[in-house]
Amino acid sequence: MANPILVLAEQLRGGLADITFEMLGAGRALAGAAGAPLYAVLLGREAAPLAPKLGRADKVFVADHPQLDLAPAGAIAAALKSVMDQVGAGLVLVGCTNVSSGIGSLLAAKTGLPLVNFCRGAKAEGGALVFTSQLFGGKILSDVKLADGRGIACIYPGAFPADAGKSEATPPVEKVDVPVEPPAVVFKKYLEPEAGDVDITKQSILVGVGRGIQTRDNVQLAEDLALALGGAVCASRPVIDQGWLPLSRQVGKSGMSVRPRVYLALGISGAPEHWEGMQNSRCIIAVNTDPKAPIFDGSHYGAVCDVLELLPVLTDKIKARKG
Amino acid sequence: MNLYVLLKMVPDTVEELNVAADGKSLDAEFLRFKLSDPDEYALEQALLLKEQHGGSVTVVALDAPEVDDVLFTALAKGADRAVKIPIAQAGLGTVAAARVLADFLGSAPFAPDTLVLPGSQAIDDLEGELAPFLAAALKLPYVGVVCGVTPANGRVTVIKEFAGGLRAEFDVTLPAVLGIQSAEKPPRYVPVAKVRAVMKSAQIETVDLPPPARPGQLEIERTYKPEAAGRAEMLEGSPDEVADKLVDVLAKISVI
Ligand SMILES: Cc1cc2nc3c(=O)[nH]c(=O)nc-3n(C[C@H](O)[C@H](O)[C@H](O)COP(=O)(O)OP(=O)(O)OC[C@H]3O[C@@H](n4cnc5c(N)ncnc54)[C@H](O)[C@@H]3O)c2cc1C
Repeated sequence: MANPILVLAEQLRGGLADITFEMLGAGRALAGAAGAPLYAVLLGREAAPLAPKLGRADKVFVADHPQLDLAPAGAIAAALKSVMDQVGAGLVLVGCTNVSSGIGSLLAAKTGLPLVNFCRGAKAEGGALVFTSQLFGGKILSDVKLADGRGIACIYPGAFPADAGKSEATPPVEKVDVPVEPPAVVFKKYLEPEAGDVDITKQSILVGVGRGIQTRDNVQLAEDLALALGGAVCASRPVIDQGWLPLSRQVGKSGMSVRPRVYLALGISGAPEHWEGMQNSRCIIAVNTDPKAPIFDGSHYGAVCDVLELLPVLTDKIKARKG
Repeated sequence: MNLYVLLKMVPDTVEELNVAADGKSLDAEFLRFKLSDPDEYALEQALLLKEQHGGSVTVVALDAPEVDDVLFTALAKGADRAVKIPIAQAGLGTVAAARVLADFLGSAPFAPDTLVLPGSQAIDDLEGELAPFLAAALKLPYVGVVCGVTPANGRVTVIKEFAGGLRAEFDVTLPAVLGIQSAEKPPRYVPVAKVRAVMKSAQIETVDLPPPARPGQLEIERTYKPEAAGRAEMLEGSPDEVADKLVDVLAKISVI
């Protein structure tokens, strides 16, 4: 039997994140091909009660130490390394998420194992594993081989279906002891997202603007379009970081996940961290001056066009059509 | 505070990226490089900390195309020292880069109020992010996806981003490595004339270090552009024509 595959279950505020099930699904397929068992690891006292939900794993290892709740990446990596050693794991899957950021790299540093970051695909080839990593903001893919199937893979949210990682079965649960050091990083408090003037997660029409909008003043062109359509304006990170729109309008990894009826992506390149937040929109329409922009790969409609030229014309035509 | 900012050059993805003849790496010939976005914010965060709490900012980079301009720009913005390590960043990979930078940073004991500030991640971080590898090599605490840093009583309070606009505060002992995602303010602008003046008056220090034994350790089988599988139905024409077609699409899906 091949070395076990471990999935680090990710939870926040007492709930399991979708990425956990996405990784369990991906891990299940790899484990099946390699003839390896699939184990989930749950760390922290808050996390422990979630074990029964991880039925897609052959077993769930739980370290319910209170210091592992909201623990720094270093403490999680140390605990994970200990579980790896105890069960003789060969491959570890960790979420490529803000919550888990750095855990994979710290584990790689501790174990000396290779890490493949930004994974969107995974397949077994004999005893080897091949991961597809999405690089350069989505413009390039690299297939990376772990010849002996040993390593750490950081998995992008949304890359694998969550349903494949869900099961009604109740998994066996085993408690493990892991070393817990006095932490140099201590959780103090949550900073709740500020309620914005509009809740973009509840809008059915969203006009998304990216760096291509170029100036704060030009954001008004998008506001005009949103008004004509009866929707709201949201944005990619650079627009928010510039302070042109409030944080409550950010779509993506650190921002909101939206699923409107239509999402207009105007001057947005389609980096994976943005894609993550709007990929489930029912209809995606992208406008970009770069015909190779990754946003076109997943959109329903696209136009290679300057948004600054398009916006005023489009707004007028929509007003005219609506009468 | 004793602030180190690590600056990394990455290909500008606004340009077309092509795969080299080896089928594994990027064709370097037409690449245009720019400072990695999060590193731009790491520099801004360091400059803000220096302005508010005193101290000095040292920017450090490996060798890469156009890196001198970036280092001079950092000096023009207010960094006190710029250091270039003449080892090519290209093909090095995160693990080896972290080893080189840790050799530099760890060559003398840290002042107690030291912060090492790499960007949170870069678009080519295939082997993992620099910040946690550096933290491991230097045996320092680490927090990533940081968007705010406030010193207090010999420690720092940092804000880390989660999802959905949720953030959290963590208390961190110093010295520490923080992967910076964004700063309290957008990166400052510096006029080109000022950068030119700095190029005449200031110098980039060069620090020689032994190259790492093992650069890029991953076995890349193939590098390629995503297939245009689910590619969008493209609406062609002038902005006016595109607008007409878009109105039709919006009507078709009953949005208007
Ligand atoms: C930990 C982490 C979390 C992140 N969280 C988020 C997040 O929540 N949300 C998010 O969006 N990003 C997030 N990012 C950033 C993400 O990686 C990208 O940098 C960002 O999404 C890029 O935004 P953009 O597409 O607007 O800018 P760019 O990538 O710079 O793209 C601008 C696009 O505009 C086009 N353009 C330029 N001018 C015009 C014009 N006149 N007309 C039409 N098109 C034009 C260009 O061709 C280009 O495609 C995160 C990154 C990290 C590392």
